[in-house]
Amino acid sequence: MSATVAAAATGTRGVNGVALAVVLVLFVAVTVMGFLAARWRSAGPMGSLDEWGLGGRSFGSFVTWFLLGGDLYTAYTFVAVPAAMFATGAVAGFFAVPYTIIVYPIIFVFMARLWSVSHTHGFVTPADFVKGRYGSRGLSLAVAVTGILATMPYIALQLVGIQAVLEVMGIGGSANALARDLPLLVAFAILAAYTYSSGLRAPALIAFVKDTLIYIVIIVAVIYLPAKVGGFGAIFDAAQQKMAKPNPTTGAPTGVFIPNAAQTWPYATLALGSAMALFMYPHSITAVLSSKDRNVIRRNASVLPAYSFVLGLLALLGFVAIAAGTKPIGLDGQPNAQLVVPQLFEDFFPSWFAGVAFAAIAIGALVPAAIMSIAAANLFTRNIYRDFLKPNATHAEEAKVSKLVSLVVKVGALLFVFLLDKQNAINFQLLGGIWILQTFPAIVFGLYTRWFHRWALLAGWAVGMVYGTVTAYNVVNPLTGKRLGGSVAPIELLGRNGYIALTAFVLNVVVAALVTLALRALKVPEGEDETRPEDYRADAGDPRVHDIPELTESA
Amino acid sequence: MTDPAGRRTGSPPPGLVAVVAVVLAVPVVALMWVSSYNKEEPRLGGVPFFYWYQFLWVFLAAACTTVAYRLLIGHERRRRALRDADGHRGPGGREDGR
Repeated sequence: MSATVAAAATGTRGVNGVALAVVLVLFVAVTVMGFLAARWRSAGPMGSLDEWGLGGRSFGSFVTWFLLGGDLYTAYTFVAVPAAMFATGAVAGFFAVPYTIIVYPIIFVFMARLWSVSHTHGFVTPADFVKGRYGSRGLSLAVAVTGILATMPYIALQLVGIQAVLEVMGIGGSANALARDLPLLVAFAILAAYTYSSGLRAPALIAFVKDTLIYIVIIVAVIYLPAKVGGFGAIFDAAQQKMAKPNPTTGAPTGVFIPNAAQTWPYATLALGSAMALFMYPHSITAVLSSKDRNVIRRNASVLPAYSFVLGLLALLGFVAIAAGTKPIGLDGQPNAQLVVPQLFEDFFPSWFAGVAFAAIAIGALVPAAIMSIAAANLFTRNIYRDFLKPNATHAEEAKVSKLVSLVVKVGALLFVFLLDKQNAINFQLLGGIWILQTFPAIVFGLYTRWFHRWALLAGWAVGMVYGTVTAYNVVNPLTGKRLGGSVAPIELLGRNGYIALTAFVLNVVVAALVTLALRALKVPEGEDETRPEDYRADAGDPRVHDIPELTESA
Repeated sequence: MTDPAGRRTGSPPPGLVAVVAVVLAVPVVALMWVSSYNKEEPRLGGVPFFYWYQFLWVFLAAACTTVAYRLLIGHERRRRALRDADGHRGPGGREDGR
């Protein structure tokens, strides 16, 4: 592999050999671990979907903490957020801090109920729950399709993160498209290979390595870098100056140092919308369902904010780079904000430590990408393949389809990388958020009430999806003139700007409520609810709580 | 929740639920209320108020979820202890695991 990589390295900056060697060693170590992980704590062969996709559902507090951390510590955290801070400041980037703080109180409320009802009925995906609760395959299909669609740009963001590291190391060339993208494709292939062979256990085990590497890098970076560039006072002064300076193209200020009165709405809605959306993603729900009792998630909710703190420090690295005068220039010779954190490390650290940092970023993008693609694949297999395509598929067939689809999802993510503006990678995640948040009413409201009619929820979902997609498509980036240029747009009737996901969500709920009233009046059948009120409180040790027999037995 | 089976499986009393809800709502409301903290002064070690205030909320929010967790768990433990002392068993002789 290194020969191919070296051959592709025809960039003008030259390859950082030491950093590359360190990255390769750590990468290979992790890959080997991934393959070995197939045998770790294994209760049965990987042939069954539950075993491959949910790690046999036996993870305790400790492992779950790392798995959930994997949802937050991604390329989003250490590439996209600092890049956004570097480019346009607080509203574009720092909202991630309140987002990752308020996500825990929110999931504290409803996740335990989802755990209980899932474990009493053998639900593995959010669409399973929706089908059982509303007796509606149509609504279940909508939830499944949305989950798969929304996961793709999120995985795309991870691929952009890996690409940023490789580009700063000088891998890849500017000669042609293949030379530029070859390293990305290599990383993609490794991810696909170990995910394919070992399922969820590989990323769970690697999460330990990943988080350890990240902590080392962050502690060093946060202690060393600010002192090096003149302390936090100087850092914030430099950032303030840059953000106030008018942009030569638009004449407006470059960015936001501290949100003014008009910007408080975008800031708050981006945080709230992202927080509500995070645990609608199939991979987040997979992680929660893998825990071994209903309170693991609540216990973790009190320690997970440690992640938010570190995320905040990482965000500030964007400002550190401003003070340090970092120049993130891509292989094509154009400035690219996404490269700012790897470039900062390359400029200030000795090669070997830059290598450790690069490995942390690359592996940190790889693990979540694996978890996300597995969860999306589960969703397809259970809720589309089994429900619509081949109802009497064997367990072995299902596991096989799941593995194939996890590859397809990654290819879909690759398409997003090529289609969207890579300069603004944080927008990938926000775009996914617009879609996934439209499943919130069916899932979370459904955990508490059957008041909403199944077809009304479907109607609300459709309206939210269409409104969100069209509105996002119409946002034009003033600098590049490209569409899908941002995720904040005017809120109808309010005369303020807000995160499109949340506006679409409100519209979704209003439509769902109105249509429910109409369908009630027309006495349209409500569908059968197979859950009972006490199912939402059941805990491990309760006789009603069980693993799914047809999935856990050896296939 | 009003049905007897629901109560027997350990639904927390409405008062406790309300307290927990308020405790959990505090960080959400505080952080959504951006106009209460979009200020530069006072700086702390060079860090503007806007930034250090949100870092502070990482810890305050963790405290809130911890309190909420303790309240709920404490209630479940007391209920279980009470049930064990009474020799109460759920239907079919099973004991509730909550």
